[in-house]
Formats: sequence, structure tokens, C-alpha cells
Amino acid sequence: MGHSKKRKEDARFIQGKGNYVDDVKLPGMLYMDIVRSPYAYAKIKSIDSSKALEIPGVVAVVTGKDLEKYNLHWMPTLMSDTQMVLPTDTVMYQAQEVAAVIATDRYIARDGKEAVIVEYETMKPLMDPFDALDPEAPVLRSDKEGKTDNHIWHWEVGDKEKTDDIFSNADITVKQQMHIPRIHVASIETCGCVASYDKVENHLTMYMTTQAPHAIRTVIALVAGHVGLTEEKIRVISPDIGGGFGGKVPVYPGYVIAIAVSFLTGSPIKWIEDRSENLQADSFARDYHITAEMAGTSDGKIQATRFKVLADHGYTDASANPSKFPTGLFSIGTGSYDYGAAYMEADAVYTNKPPGGVAYRCSFRVTEAVHAIERMTDMFAKKAGKDPAQLRMENFIKKEDFPWASPTGWSYDSGDYHAGLKLAMDTVGYDELRIEQAQLRKEGKLMGIGISTFTEVVGAGPSKDFDILGIKMFDSAEIRVHPTGKAIARFGTKSQGQGHETTYAQIIAEELGIPMEHIQIEEGDTDTAPYGLGTYASRSTPTAGAAAAMAARKLRDKAKKIAAHLLEVSEQDLEWEPGKFFVKGAPEKVKTIQEIVFAAYTNHPEGMEGGFEATHYYDPPNLTFPSGAYICVVDVDPETCDIKVRRFVAIDDCGNIINPMIVQGQVHGGLTQGIAPAMYEELIYDEAGNILNGTFMDYLVPTAVESPNWETGHTVTPAPHHPIGAKGVGESPTVGAPPAIVNAIVDAVAHLGIKHLEIPVTPFKLYKELKAVGYFNQQEA
Amino acid sequence: MIAEPFGYSSPQSLDEAYALLHEHGDDAKILAGGHSLIPMMKLRFAAPTHLIDINKIPGLSYIKEEDGFLKIGAMTREVDLEESDIISSRYQIFTDASKLIADPQVRNFGTIGGNIAHGDAANDHPAVMMALDAEVEISGQDGKRSVSINEFFHGFYTTAVQHGEILTEIRIPAASGHFGSAYHKAERKVGDYATAGVAVVIRVDDGGICTKAGIGLTNVNAVPMRAIRSEEALVGSMLSAGDIAKAAQYAAEDCNPSSDLRGDEDYKRHLVSVITKRMINRALERAK
Amino acid sequence: MKTVTLKINGTEHTAEVSPRTLLVHLIRENFSMTGTHIGCDTSSCGACTILIDGKSAKSCTILAVQADGTEIITVEGLATAEGLHPIQEGFHLNHALHCGFCTAGVMLRAVELLEKNPNPTEEEIRWGISGNLCRCTGYNNIVKAIQWASAKMQGKELPSTEPVFV
Ligand SMILES: Cc1cc2nc3c(=O)[nH]c(=O)nc-3n(C[C@H](O)[C@H](O)[C@H](O)COP(=O)(O)OP(=O)(O)OC[C@H]3O[C@@H](n4cnc5c(N)ncnc54)[C@H](O)[C@@H]3O)c2cc1C
Ligand code: FES
Ligand code: FES
Repeated sequence: MGHSKKRKEDARFIQGKGNYVDDVKLPGMLYMDIVRSPYAYAKIKSIDSSKALEIPGVVAVVTGKDLEKYNLHWMPTLMSDTQMVLPTDTVMYQAQEVAAVIATDRYIARDGKEAVIVEYETMKPLMDPFDALDPEAPVLRSDKEGKTDNHIWHWEVGDKEKTDDIFSNADITVKQQMHIPRIHVASIETCGCVASYDKVENHLTMYMTTQAPHAIRTVIALVAGHVGLTEEKIRVISPDIGGGFGGKVPVYPGYVIAIAVSFLTGSPIKWIEDRSENLQADSFARDYHITAEMAGTSDGKIQATRFKVLADHGYTDASANPSKFPTGLFSIGTGSYDYGAAYMEADAVYTNKPPGGVAYRCSFRVTEAVHAIERMTDMFAKKAGKDPAQLRMENFIKKEDFPWASPTGWSYDSGDYHAGLKLAMDTVGYDELRIEQAQLRKEGKLMGIGISTFTEVVGAGPSKDFDILGIKMFDSAEIRVHPTGKAIARFGTKSQGQGHETTYAQIIAEELGIPMEHIQIEEGDTDTAPYGLGTYASRSTPTAGAAAAMAARKLRDKAKKIAAHLLEVSEQDLEWEPGKFFVKGAPEKVKTIQEIVFAAYTNHPEGMEGGFEATHYYDPPNLTFPSGAYICVVDVDPETCDIKVRRFVAIDDCGNIINPMIVQGQVHGGLTQGIAPAMYEELIYDEAGNILNGTFMDYLVPTAVESPNWETGHTVTPAPHHPIGAKGVGESPTVGAPPAIVNAIVDAVAHLGIKHLEIPVTPFKLYKELKAVGYFNQQEA
Repeated sequence: MIAEPFGYSSPQSLDEAYALLHEHGDDAKILAGGHSLIPMMKLRFAAPTHLIDINKIPGLSYIKEEDGFLKIGAMTREVDLEESDIISSRYQIFTDASKLIADPQVRNFGTIGGNIAHGDAANDHPAVMMALDAEVEISGQDGKRSVSINEFFHGFYTTAVQHGEILTEIRIPAASGHFGSAYHKAERKVGDYATAGVAVVIRVDDGGICTKAGIGLTNVNAVPMRAIRSEEALVGSMLSAGDIAKAAQYAAEDCNPSSDLRGDEDYKRHLVSVITKRMINRALERAK
Repeated sequence: MKTVTLKINGTEHTAEVSPRTLLVHLIRENFSMTGTHIGCDTSSCGACTILIDGKSAKSCTILAVQADGTEIITVEGLATAEGLHPIQEGFHLNHALHCGFCTAGVMLRAVELLEKNPNPTEEEIRWGISGNLCRCTGYNNIVKAIQWASAKMQGKELPSTEPVFV
């Protein structure tokens, strides 16, 4: 623990020997390309495949009507909504799948796609979620019996009466409408699969880009069980994944079409989407419209918060939230502050946009919640006339008050928020920066300092509350130690770059004393790995990491029994030191773990089962609550409104750290994914339903130039209930960075009369806002 | 993304290339660096039936000062401009522009000829050429002709290059006297096409009076444009802050930007004004 | 169809291709070297970066026929009999890769960068890899890895590969 071991998985990647889904090549494999709708909302009048079928090499064109014969034209989403695999009559968003072309090579499939002629009758799309609430609005999901509006669900939490009461009597209240825009995970590898159905064995092997292979296998069995594809006949293999970030959790229509076609033709079918298809059709993230309010005393004590959310889910709710949490863990939105009343409510609606609501590097809507609370805290500080750092210090939950019961029902496990913010302030030189800022303002220069001190909630989750499609959200580890003392361990999770092959090996090495070099980690094959719900929402370390420790401890218990037998002493006389048991007071009487394991196969005590294997399904008693204190410093060009991040200090507390190098790497990556929505990325649609930036030319993923040099550090407050005290870190930076950046930009221009800026804050947007407050007139004068 | 099928030839000489252009007719296209054309073909926005790859024709890539001109061969890559001593010591406008064009991989292939011949007001070299008062040499079976850059751009993706012709050389009046040049563009992120870009060339006499000014604007007009009123405001002036402000204001007024994802008309005019001012100052500094 | 003959990582290869075949597909599909990746359709991401006659190039924006007669280096050709290339070592030791999808392209781009500028500043490195998108690493460690490789290639004292915390 705590060692920056270099990664075991690197060797294959740096030598070009990774095995991603597009690298899978099977004999007789056919290629699939997908015809997509140019319109956001239209009736399909006809689909003419004849021209496509005339092209040599085009094998088949599949439409919704073809799938309908097998009742495969609709599928359930992970939120128990329904989604079209291929439409039989209506398309609901631009870029929706309309037909699939199967050909002997990907170039021909592409030609075939161009040759399919689809006639549409267009309808006026519903693009604005507020319009969708209008009783006069057309009902988009008329396929659902009895549906008379576009409303999906309503959710609420907290004490409304108490909260309203505080608001009516508070000294100070602040209120802000904000939009957390629709964005995309944009992993550099897009999605794809190779579906290979063996007619003789009635067996499907599915290579696919999935973060949750077991859950996917279950979903496939639920969708296709009626045609004979039952769960034991399905093997899902998730090969190396080129980044997931939540976008590779859902089941996309392309996967299902590929399976159906392979099932019908008996040939392996490869489908790899283009980047444009990936951005335009795959699940989006965020898209929450939030009305946020905070109330407090005139001397800056926060007393209550009230959030009202309108969630735009596109034409179906294809989120990947735990079933009982339609807004995910949004209710963490009371943040790191000690106050007693909050009320939050949310409504979700259908629009003519792609479905989704994935947890993009986020523990289910925590990003949206943190943005709201951290923006409101700054606005409240401003109104109370307090420095935002000072105000946070005065409102933090105190270290000694943990476990702390939040007004929305969480039990925060542990934290030391004051220490984190203090370290961040000392590192960045907060007081000096404030002095510099005052000086710069006199010179007409714009510089801002922004803070975000957030609490995350990760590691879903305890089985009493957490399930997806009814499957409890535990995760698993299975460890097998071979006679020579070398191990293989398998997990229900799936790394997409998080370095599981290294960190899991470190955990087991720590617990069992077997060198990590001799511990082989495997994930992603449902035929061999134990069942688990996969890797997303920072849940791998809190769940599977814990499972690894627990399974290893089971083995250590067994090892102790064997050692006692070998050394002919009682178990109480033995002491453990990583790698060996020795007799108390007689350290020369010792058995190494390797000797013990060998004995488990050759000379185990009578009555004991042979072998040295253990499996553990870990059901966490609580979630974990990582936290962080981030400070961002920006300089704004007063003429062009260009924004430059001068410094960014991120102090994280993710409990005990298994591998500091990997944790730091996760933080770096997450921070760049935090600056992205804060300043660059947003999926934009026009009123006609066209996506305006569906390629990497206009969807602006930051490069090394936009991404600043990140300065990171940590405080360590172990999770008390976790076997190794770890909390999970993969997502904190994505969650915590955007409000720090926006708070900094607002701070840079606050004296000019700007109170709030919507993300992404681009120079263009900032220019318009500054112009609106008359800034450029003053400048010219 | 995959292009429609097409034919391909790789001539070894200009004459062979002209013959191929005639043979394949209107739907044939020249392939230079390919970094504008191939992306468009992959997206099926362009579908030439035949590509005539001029990369194997010798003698089209050079940077030299000769006969009072800086001469740049059409097939000179962006990276060659970046690395040329002549350029970095006397024509920094190219160094400024190159750094902001796409990214290193694209600059290894993209050619200056292609950048201009593409006829896209979003590309950066057209404005640079306008500021520099360049002449473009266009060659064909009937010989060579020279066209002023001011007459070169006809419309969206159309230029003075007629079918059967190849742009072969760019000629720029050589830097002399107190000469300074500069380019900058506002971009949403590195490698992006310009939200607005301004190229400035200035010459001043020993007394500090501006004797020549060239100002070209990127992506704020349907075709690459020259800010003529701004140039006129500078020539003959001492380039005082007031003169510069006036030139900046004229450029902002005379351009004709459209509103899009990069910004609205007002913002782009504002950027043109700010960048014009800054580039005049930078060019002036370099002229001293 | 056209015949294309080129050297990849020192070995000569020949294939019959249609003119529209992209070089990246020739390498991945015809020659089954899958270390070169595809991450976009607009020449924006750099995952497909290889070296053509020593120049870093986006192989998704070059036709296979254009590469006739060239010498190509892909990620599979970086290591030699003596061991890993310093850039590979640098990436491993400095944790400059997570999912590994962008890695080949960034490394090959960095090889050319260091060839031309053996001692780049942080700023030069950042601009130098601006044609490569990485969604995982946040670039800090990629910069560090290139600095490490720079030191190694010049026989200078090697910087620490331990993570630095504030
Ligand atoms: C990701 C990306 C980002 C980019 N960003 C920028 C940017 O910021 N700024 C910018 O200026 N450019 C940018 N470009 C375009 C790039 O600079 C191109 O390389 C350049 O525009 C065209 O040069 P080329 O040699 O590649 O031309 P090609 O693509 O080969 O040709 C372009 C057009 O010009 C014609 N043509 C080419 N050469 C000749 C000739 N000698 N005679 C007659 N006709 C000819 C072709 O037939 C074709 O129609 C970008 C490109 C990419 C892929
Ligand atoms: S695949 Fe993205 S640049 Fe080539
Ligand atoms: S390591 Fe995943 S994209 Fe760079």
C-alpha cells in the first residue's frame, strides 16, 4: 500500500500489443454500417434497400420491420424505460439508427449505407425541455399506452416545510438558474463490437466495448432469451477498452443489431462506430437545468438549500443510475457544509434528443449537484460580504462531527475539510493572490481565484438500496493461488485505463505477501470472472478492491491454519508478517506463504479442503465520501476575453491510497475532463433538432495546450468501514474542477457586475456578458 | 469515414499532370498535401472521380529570395516554412501563422499552394498573402501566368486556377527597409480554424512614416478579404495610437462575418478590431 | 486496384489496394498491425499517428497509394533488439498512459519532436503534441515522459519518475 508501483498493463500498450475491439478479427467476419436519420423527428414512409443490395459485397440490409418479426425491435434501458433497436415507423432524434447494412468489408458497407433510400415525413421536434412540460406539447412517447404528456418521473428528497420556513425567515437568500449542459464522454476509442453466433452450439460470443460485461450479458439474455439466447449461452468479452468514463455502460442499438444479424446469418459481425456517430447518437451526460437557492444568516452561516431540477433525457431515459435513484446521487448536493435543512426535487422529460444520462466520470449526477452547491456557496459569500474561503471554513462540517447525517439522508463516513482547504490555500498562496488581484484590478487587469470544496459519494452500493435492473450492486473477487505460490485473481469489474491489473495486485500482495509480479489480474470475460456490476462511478476500489482484500483475508485465515499444522503449534501462537507466519517469540520457526500454499496442495491438515482459492462478493455497508479542495487561478484578457488558467491546485482526500502514482494520474485526467465542460465542451442543437457540433472539429476536447499543468496533493482520512480504508478517486476531479474554474472566472469579473456565468464559459460568452454590463463602453471611454 | 471510389495517378512531371487533368476532365482534382481534400472526401462532402497526385513532381518545393521576390514553391510544406531561416528572420508573419495552423502532423503534409488553392476563407494563408501583396503563378499547357492575390479568390472554394491548371509558385515582394509583419487569430482551441484572424504587413521610412501597409482578414468574410480602408488610414501616418485605432475600427466595420458556433457578428468584429490593433503594433515593433 | 510496396518497421510489404484505401486501414487490416488506432473521422485526434520517412503523419488522412515507396515506423517498430525505445520507457515509468488508446500516436509524434528539438521546453512539448488528443491522462505525465525521454536520449541525468505532490 502507498507505493507508486509502475503499471503491469503498460507493456502491451506501449508496444502496440493491446487488444481493443476493432483489433478482433474472426474468420468469415462481416462488417456492419448504420443508416441514420437526418431528422430529429419524422415518420418513416419507406425504406428502399434495392440499390444497396445491388452493390457487390453487400450481404443484407436490416430494418426495424425485420427485427420486429423476432420481437427484437425494442429493448429495455437500464432505467426500465424502452428504447428502439431499429424503428418501425418513427425516428425520435437526429442520427438515430434507421437500418443496418451488412457487407463483406467496411468500405462496401459504407457504400451500401449511402445507397439505402429512406423517405421521411418530418415533424416539428420538441427540443426544449421546458416546452416539453407544456400541456399543449405533442406527446412524444405515444408508443406508451395511456401516455398523455412528456413527463418521465418526479423525485424529491428532504424536508420541504422546514426548508421553506428557513427561506422565508432568512437574512440572506441567493437564487440562480443554471444549466449543466449536455456533454459527451468522448473516449478516444469509440464503441463497437464483434458479435459471433455459433449456430451449431447455439452460443454467442460478444466482444464489446463495455464497462459492465456481466450486466450486459444479463441484459442480452433478457432481450434475446425468447429466441433461445439464454444466459449460459452468452459469453461477453470486454477486451482492452480505450476509455469508458460511463459512456460504455449502456447497451446501444448497434450492439443488439449486430447480435441479431449474427444470429440470423451465422457470421461474425463487426460494428465499429465513427466518431461522429459516437458523439451524435451515443448516450450523453448531464443536461440538468437547475434552479438553485441558498439561505443563511447575514454573518455568513448557511442554513438551507433548495434545488429544483428539470432533466432532459432525450427520447428515452437511458441513464445508468441505480434503480431507486432516478436522479442518481444528486442528493449529495448539500455539500461539505454543516446545516440542517434542504429540499430537492427533480422532474425528467422526453425531448427529441438522443437518449442517455450516463454517469460521465461521475457517481450518478454528483457533478451536477456539486456544481450547484459550489456556485451557490460563492454567490452566498458574495452577498454576505465574505471571502469565499473564509465562508467555507466557517461552514464546513467539522472533522470530529463524522459520521455526519446529512439533511438529505446520507451518513458521511469521514472527512477533514478544513485541512484540505488549508493545504490548498497554502500551496497556491491564497492571501498573496488576493493582494495581487486587488493591485491588478487597479491596473484594469482581470484575474480571478475560484474555490471548490466538494464532497463526493461513491462506491455504489449497499445492496439494501442499490441495484440496477434488480441486480444488487455488489462486486466480486476470486483469487486462486497455484501450488508454487503464484496467483491469478479475477474480478467483476473492468478497467478502461484505471490500472486495475496493478492496484488489485497491490492489494492482494499487501494482504497475502505474494509479490505483485506473481499476481495475474483478469477481468472482462463473463465465462471466467465472477459476477459483478462493473467499473463506473468510482466504484471499483470501494467494491471490488474491498472484495479483493476480503478474499485475500479468507485465504490468510486458511494459511494460518495450515501454518499451525506445519509448525505444530496452535493458531494463537502465530504471528503474521506480510509473506509469512512465525511462532511468537521464535521468529526462526517460520513458514512462508509459498510454503503454506504448496502445503495446501500437498500436505494440508486432515479435514481441511485442499487447494488455495477464495471468492468474495463484497456488499459495502455504506458508500464512501471522498472530498477535495480545489483552487483555480485565471487570467482574463480584458479585450479578447480569452481565459487562461494560470494555476490549478487540487487537494484530494480519497482515504488510504493504494498507488499514489495511479491516483495522481486519475486526478490529472479527471481535471482535464473538468476543464472541458467548464470552458470548451457542450453538445449544441438547433431548433430543428440538428446537432451543430457532432464531430471533433467542433466538439472541443482539450489538447495539451488548453490543459494547464495540474498541481495535485492529498490529505488522508481513511474510510472507517472499508477494509483498506480507501474511498475511490476516479471521479472527484471531474466533479470538483468545473465549479472551481467558473468561480474563478466569475471572480475575475465580479467587480464589473457579473454574478454568474453558465458553462462552458467561452471567450465569446464572456464577451457577451461583459458587453451586457457595459464593460466595453467604459473601456472605450 | 470512407470516401467514394475514385481513380488515382501520380505524374512525374508538370506536363504529365496537365495531360492527366485534361484527360480526366472536370471531376478530377489535384492532390497536394491532401489535408483539406481527403478529410472532405472521407465525409463525402467532395467526390472527385480522379485524383492527380502532384507530390512526385520534382522542383515544386523551395523557399528562396530572387529577383526582388520571396519565392515559395506551391508544394512547400507548412513545416518547411516553420523551419526556414529566411522566413524566421525576415517574414515572421509566416512563423506566426504556421504555429496556429492545425497541428504538427497536419503541417508536415499541408502545402502552402493547397492552403491557398483550396479557396477557403477559413484558411490562414489567404489573409497572409493579401497582407503581403503576393502574386500567384498559375501554370498550364499554355504556359504560365501570374495573378495578383487580390484577383485570386473568386468565391467559396473557387479561385483563379482554371481547370487544367496548377498553382506552381507564390511570389512576395521581398522585405526591404523597415519591414515588419505579424499574424494572429482567435481560435476556440489550438488547431481550430480562426474565429477571426488578422495579417498585417508594415513598412516605415527612417522618419517613422508608414510607407506601406497590408492587412488581410481571415474567416470574417465569404472570401478572404483585404482591409483596404485600414491600409489607407495607415499609409502616410506616423502610426500613432489614434491612427492604429482608426485602422482597427475600419477593419472591424468593413469585414462581413457571419454568426456561427465560433461567435456572433458583433464579437467577431470586436476581435478583428482588437487583433488588428495588436498586430499592427507587433509588426511595427518588428519593423524597427 | 494499385500495387503499393512500402517498408514498415524495416520489413517490405506489398498489397493491392483501391485508391481510396486509407493508409491506416492498409496497416491495420492488410498487414494486421493493430497498434495504430483510429479515434476520429475528421483528422483531429492523432490516434493514427505514424512516421512516414521520419515525419509524423495522421495515417487516416493519407491514402495507401500515397505511401508507395516510403518507409514507415509504427508503434510496433519502436523497440529494437536492445530493448524499448526511450519514449516507451518514459511513458511507462512516468505513467503517461491510462487506457493506452492514444499512446502509440503520442509516442510517435514525440519521437519526431525530440528528433527536431532534443531539449524542448514544457510549452514546446505541449504545442508539439497538440495534434494528439488524450482523454485519460490530463497530459501532465505525457509531458513528463517526453522530458524523461529527452534526458535519456541525450545521456543526461534522468529525472525522478516518482509522482510529485504538493
Ligand atoms: C485537423 C485539421 C485542422 C486544420 N486547421 C487549419 C487551420 O487552422 N488553418 C488553415 O489554414 N488550414 C487548416 N487546415 C488545412 C490544412 O492547412 C491543409 O493542409 C491546407 O488547407 C491545404 O493544403 P493541402 O496541401 O493539404 O491541400 P489539398 O488538400 O491537397 O488540396 C486542397 C484543394 O486545393 C487544390 N490544390 C492543392 N494544391 C494545388 C495546386 N498546387 N494547384 C491547384 N490546386 C491545388 C486541391 O485540388 C484541393 O481542391 C487543417 C486541416 C486539418 C486536417
Ligand atoms: S484517426 Fe483521428 S486523426 Fe487520424
Ligand atoms: S491514455 Fe486513454 S486516451 Fe490517452
